[in-house]
Amino acid sequence: MSTLDVIKDQISSNNVILYMKGSPQFPQCGFSARAVEALMSVGKPFAYVNILEHPDIRAELPKFANWPTFPQLWVKGELVGGSDIILEMAQKGELKPLIEEAAGA
Amino acid sequence: MASVQSRIEAKLQSAFAPAVLQVVNESHMHSVPPGSETHFKVVVVSDLFAGKRSVARHQAIYQTLAEEVQGPVHALAIHTYTPEEWSLNQEAAPASPTCRGGSKADAH
Repeated sequence: MSTLDVIKDQISSNNVILYMKGSPQFPQCGFSARAVEALMSVGKPFAYVNILEHPDIRAELPKFANWPTFPQLWVKGELVGGSDIILEMAQKGELKPLIEEAAGA
Repeated sequence: MASVQSRIEAKLQSAFAPAVLQVVNESHMHSVPPGSETHFKVVVVSDLFAGKRSVARHQAIYQTLAEEVQGPVHALAIHTYTPEEWSLNQEAAPASPTCRGGSKADAH
């Protein structure tokens, strides 16, 4: 399977998936740490990919997403955004309903 | 050659005609040599963002700064507002986080 197929498979088979630097337990970037913290506060399970361990995904996903940086949050096959957007949505109370709806679907 | 910071300012200025434009070099907050231009925060307040979702606004900024993001700039914190949102937000954007070491593993 090509890297692009792997990515498409990941985002279609996981309703909520975060591409990040490091893991939720040990984020290796301040932006990824903030994103994962906001996501964990919702209290629903989510998938993640540590792109530091997957250089092929790290190289391919930005082109596919039209989004050059990490973290990237994908919900139901659609890019929601990076850490600034995730935090903004969390502050506005928009993140929780989005994730809950997707996780329950 | 113009600095990365001034190129970012010029490109955003011409693409978005912003009412407010802030470009802050935050490289000193990360594990890079002094004087680096690798980590930036931009605050753009523009009428052009009206009716656009955040993801579309950020994609427009990434597109405008594609050359910088693919080149010297490693991290870009983006905060976009319409003039109405900016005044509701008390004319302030959130602070960026500190580094957690991931940049050290980077080639650039």
